[in-house]
Amino acid sequence: MVTMSSDKSAARRKADSNNGSHAGGSAGYHQTTGSNEDTPNHLVYRKMEQIIEKMQDEASGVPVKTVKSFMSKIPSVFTGSDLIMWMMKNLDVEDQNEALHLAHLMAAHGYFFPIDDHMLTVKNDNTFYRFQTPYFWPSNCWEPENTDYAVYLCKRTMQNKTRLELADYEAENLARLQKMFSRKWEFIFMQAEAQSKVDKKRDKLERKVLDSQERAFWDVHRPMPGCVNTTEIDIKKACRMNKPLKSSRHLHLGVAGGRISPSTSDAEIATPLEQMKRHIAMLKQRLDRRNIKVSKVAEACISYFEQYVEYDCFFTAPEYTNPWISDSPELWEQEKIAKEISSRRVKRWAFSLQELLADPVGREHFIKFLDKEFSGENLKFWEAVQELKALPQKDVQDKVNEIWAEFLAPDASCPVNVDAGSYEITKKNMENPDRWSFDVVASHVYHLMKSDTYSRYLRSEMYKEFLNGSKKKTSVKGIRSIVSFSARKETATS
Amino acid sequence: MASDGELKVTSPVESIEALTKEADSLKAKLEEERQKLNDVALSTVADRLEVITYLNIKPRRVLKGHQAKVLCSDWSPDKRHIVSSSQDGKMIIWDAFTTNKEHAVTMPTTWVMACAYAPSGNLVACGGLDNKVTVYPLSLEEDVSTKKKTVGTHTSYMSCCTFPNSDQQILTGSGDSTCALWDVESGQLLQNFHGHAGDVMALDLAPSETGNTFVSGSCDRMVLIWDMRTGQCVQSFEGHQSDINSVKFHPSGDAVATGSDDSTCRLFDLRADKEVAIYSKESIIFGVNSVDFSVSGRLLFAGYNDYTVNVWDSLKCVRVTLLYGHENRVSCLQVSPDGTALSTGSWDYTLRVWA
Repeated sequence: MVTMSSDKSAARRKADSNNGSHAGGSAGYHQTTGSNEDTPNHLVYRKMEQIIEKMQDEASGVPVKTVKSFMSKIPSVFTGSDLIMWMMKNLDVEDQNEALHLAHLMAAHGYFFPIDDHMLTVKNDNTFYRFQTPYFWPSNCWEPENTDYAVYLCKRTMQNKTRLELADYEAENLARLQKMFSRKWEFIFMQAEAQSKVDKKRDKLERKVLDSQERAFWDVHRPMPGCVNTTEIDIKKACRMNKPLKSSRHLHLGVAGGRISPSTSDAEIATPLEQMKRHIAMLKQRLDRRNIKVSKVAEACISYFEQYVEYDCFFTAPEYTNPWISDSPELWEQEKIAKEISSRRVKRWAFSLQELLADPVGREHFIKFLDKEFSGENLKFWEAVQELKALPQKDVQDKVNEIWAEFLAPDASCPVNVDAGSYEITKKNMENPDRWSFDVVASHVYHLMKSDTYSRYLRSEMYKEFLNGSKKKTSVKGIRSIVSFSARKETATS
Repeated sequence: MASDGELKVTSPVESIEALTKEADSLKAKLEEERQKLNDVALSTVADRLEVITYLNIKPRRVLKGHQAKVLCSDWSPDKRHIVSSSQDGKMIIWDAFTTNKEHAVTMPTTWVMACAYAPSGNLVACGGLDNKVTVYPLSLEEDVSTKKKTVGTHTSYMSCCTFPNSDQQILTGSGDSTCALWDVESGQLLQNFHGHAGDVMALDLAPSETGNTFVSGSCDRMVLIWDMRTGQCVQSFEGHQSDINSVKFHPSGDAVATGSDDSTCRLFDLRADKEVAIYSKESIIFGVNSVDFSVSGRLLFAGYNDYTVNVWDSLKCVRVTLLYGHENRVSCLQVSPDGTALSTGSWDYTLRVWA
């Protein structure tokens, strides 16, 4: 049933040249090449490998030595502090924390590893680390199978040396695998035995290195409990990879690609010719656009920041303490009661009509102003159109007729003034009404409000009084009267 | 333009060639025009601003309860509740302020990729590998899942969803490379949006007063701006070298920020019709999953696969600080509606609130 793929994978190995010692196939794990090299994980692997390459440079890399200890030698290791020092010097990391974090991530991906710890992390001290051989890099191996893992653990039990003893979780894994593969356990055992035999023929120091590298490989792919498995793939990306390659890669300018989607009929799937035409139309449209210069964009972004910095809690403390920091929800409660309107809240109404209408108190105040001017119908109309857009589909028809009758029909009860052009468009829209039928008129009316009524409101004594009053923290009475006034107004009109 | 005549050529073989040529010359011209607008770098103009040195963002809450990777979360309009969805097939409604769980809903699929709060705060939507978007009315009296309702179905996984200013509609993005606007009550498809040539990963509604446009980002590395009324793509941006995982409008509505697997964030301006900033560093090698702005648009928060959140000065184009805390990839982040806090969700099974 299951065949071990040592030979197959050896043949497909990418980093062959780096792996002379593995040619005998002490461990053969499944590998794939090609199709998944563009996956997000592989993008990261590639970048890490570029760093590793620099780290392994003989002249300018991290100093690797063989250390003598007692009766034996520890081959090819470097210390955590040497590594971090190198990273601080050679990468654009800001501080030691960032260097440590990046080192930890590279260890978690198995590019280097502590020589006697299953936990793949890096400490800035004299702990010894070793580089992983490219053969075991995550970019070179496809997710290894459980049978491979079983062979590996089984092999470890055959080498009765303390440093190779199974950790508790590994022993548990082995027991579980034995149960799972009970029927082919004999086969697994034989594989392990064969590999172990090959291993025993190796030079002692070489074996030490290889054993640790193989262990680190499994620490990446079968991490110890509590450690992150870095080889996991984002589920969305996994779905994406499993789909056949998409067409029209060359068309990089948002033209219809003829995808299957809930309502695409065959007719809608464009031929290459049509696609090309649409592509060109799009390009022409882009050429015709009037665009502003980056300097203008920069000024706009900066003035937006300068205007709103007072309201950005990451820059300016809010009026009441930030609930998340002080553990007091006072800020939210005050907003709800609308007892005291601060001047900075009122100031914000002057930023834009949108800001004014977004604040319920501001909206009420503006309505009061409009009523005084006998021009409340514009806002009412605009709000009705917004309401229409938010309705369930089944209610759209009725609301469209209602709005037409109330604001636009010849005998409208609350007529709005619109220019002839927009009126004609809307009249035409009414033949085939939908939730967007009034968009043209509504934006016309909004523009009118913004440029005319709103600017007059901002200049009005009413707004100024409110602004000045709010500075002294407007009394409860003041606001209540506004709210009740408009409430009365509403009941009167309805 | 000399191209008018060429469009009338009828032979398909010939015209494809001719059209390709025309497209290429148009592209070159467009690039030329763009260069003309590129008079100065955003960061150069922003030189006059003070350097941000006084940020003191700390983790304030840790929300524990999911049994698997948190893939998506969304703030309630009430500024203190959060809905989150996880690969354990659970959707949890949190009172993030007290860290209490108010609802834990078991999903029909274990692969819930996206969730969203409705503007009323009384409804949440979610979906994922089931290709569906399902809504759940929230009530304290009965089991939330009894009132669930499937609204729309895509032909591939649903990767992102949002309510466009109304409880009655849902906008979804999907692995079938389309976006779709659905009527919640009837499940009717109101509009669909074709144009991407790869899986749609993220979308965001424009903060304009009419709310008629939205932005989408996709694995085809394109950012598209859509008109919801017509279903047409009205603007497009390219530049990223890998999948775009996140898109977010600048609070002014005039620009969008993106995060990508190419480990950069970028800022595309609608009025300039081009990329105006790139946020990257040589030492940042992991992909970006999620981006969001602070209220003033100055700070750009970005959640990375390297377990961190990088906070960028969007104007000076430099990193301000790094937020450490999560122990696995940061999959989602969002500034709260009143801008008082930042929420993050991670593959380490937790959500955190920073302020």
